[in-house]
Amino acid sequence: MKFRSPLRGPWLTSVLGVVLLAALPLVIVTGLLDYVAYGPGQSIPGDVGLLHLPAFDWPTRPSWLFRLTQGLHVGLGLVLVPVVLAKLWSVIPRLFVWPPAKSIGHALERATLLMLVGGILFEIVTGLMNIQYDYAFGFSFYTAHYIGAWVFLAGFVTHAVLKLPVARRALRTRSLRAELRVPTSAPKPVDDELVATDPAPPTMSRRGALALVGGGALFVATITAGQTLGGPLRDLAVLLPRGRDDFPINRTAAAAAIEPAATGAAWRLALGARAFTRADLLQLPQHTARLPIACVEGWSTVQDWTGVRLRDLAALAGVPTPASAFVESLDAGPFGRATLSAGQVLDPDALLALRVNGADLSPDHGYPARVVVPALPGVHCTKWVRSITFREA
Amino acid sequence: MVVLARRVGVSPAQLVLLVACLALAAYAAFFLLGDPALLRMLIWFAGAAVVHDLVLFPLYAAGDRALVAVLPGPRVNYLRVPALGAGLMLLMFWPGIVRQGEVTHLAATGLDQAPYLGRWLAASAVLFGASAVVFGVRVGLRRLRV
Repeated sequence: MKFRSPLRGPWLTSVLGVVLLAALPLVIVTGLLDYVAYGPGQSIPGDVGLLHLPAFDWPTRPSWLFRLTQGLHVGLGLVLVPVVLAKLWSVIPRLFVWPPAKSIGHALERATLLMLVGGILFEIVTGLMNIQYDYAFGFSFYTAHYIGAWVFLAGFVTHAVLKLPVARRALRTRSLRAELRVPTSAPKPVDDELVATDPAPPTMSRRGALALVGGGALFVATITAGQTLGGPLRDLAVLLPRGRDDFPINRTAAAAAIEPAATGAAWRLALGARAFTRADLLQLPQHTARLPIACVEGWSTVQDWTGVRLRDLAALAGVPTPASAFVESLDAGPFGRATLSAGQVLDPDALLALRVNGADLSPDHGYPARVVVPALPGVHCTKWVRSITFREA
Repeated sequence: MVVLARRVGVSPAQLVLLVACLALAAYAAFFLLGDPALLRMLIWFAGAAVVHDLVLFPLYAAGDRALVAVLPGPRVNYLRVPALGAGLMLLMFWPGIVRQGEVTHLAATGLDQAPYLGRWLAASAVLFGASAVVFGVRVGLRRLRV
């Protein structure tokens, strides 16, 4: 195989590498924060030994915290796809060097490169499939994406440490500013296996190549950012599930097998030994809060929620300062229950919402009642609530 | 000593780093040992790299060479850029466009995947159209100058 692009060379690879070195840590850290945000005992996968950030109580303020971290994780991850592809294109001649390993150290390095390249592609593929609800891979997304991230992280750190001096040297061979001014640039005959020995006639300058990659990233941002930023951009997120007439959901009442009979007049909220009808709950002091609901799959939306404060319900249940609350749904699925921390119960905007934007919740949004807590991952904002157990400190 | 150093090929510090990296990966993989889907995960992990390097790359490289053969010189970019955009969308949003995961998509969002194919085609048409407009404007300006 002959690689003939006159663009390839250590300089272009290093520019792309530096971009990824700056941006990927944000994707990694926000992903690891997601694990913390799920709360103790609720993170998936359960046992990961030392492979997690130090645990802390996920705060409720600012209310857009999870919207920000998860929006960044998914959004930036998407935007970096063209950069990753360009970086891989720029180094592909190295894949075919012969002999495959010059020394033991080189063989080890190539093993870590498989962790790096396999890792980033695995994370991108599983992430992309997950946000599109495609589970054709047939394993637990959470487990694979989380453990895969650590394998990638090991390869990423190693690669960065080994290659940073090389990249620094390569970046000095051309001035970025000069490169951005000249419309065409021929390859410099430097001794590097990335540089084509028999280059094809140039069809694009390095400036053009960088603009192409940057433009690709900008293009992806344009057609995806709307799913979390909302506003007019939401209509541009044409290839992602961007929601229906009102605002997005992550589980329909039909999928959760919520029978209309179970949410009608017979519905009761169980608070310990006490039971409340929906009319009872509407008699209690109502509070309205404008809060985001942010999904782990990267979309988010801000709505006006109205309902009973969780701390008022805790007081009614006789546990005014609970250590935690256990919420159960009519939904028998895996996310039909969630444990909230004391901080999440006592936040003045933490609600058992009965209405949204001035109207009763729709069945898909969790009628008769759902939990909404500031900065809580959407998956724990339990819908179709049937009981809340406030636990003593 | 010299022979050994050549065999190892990296400095002691680099060797420690490489071994630590592999050890961390092994430690992470350890948590998957009981997982019945472990083999599938490994196949997808290695497969992602293999498919990229031996399928996706040759495919788009061959496509690009064909484009350059048809339209040599920088003019090829008027086709190359929108083609890359369309290809990138197809690659990233493949599940929706080919309607893979229809059941879970519907269960989660209440929406079916039918519109995605048309939207992808429309977005691709917009990219090619915009490129054609830029090409036309540039040719026109050049003619005016001459």
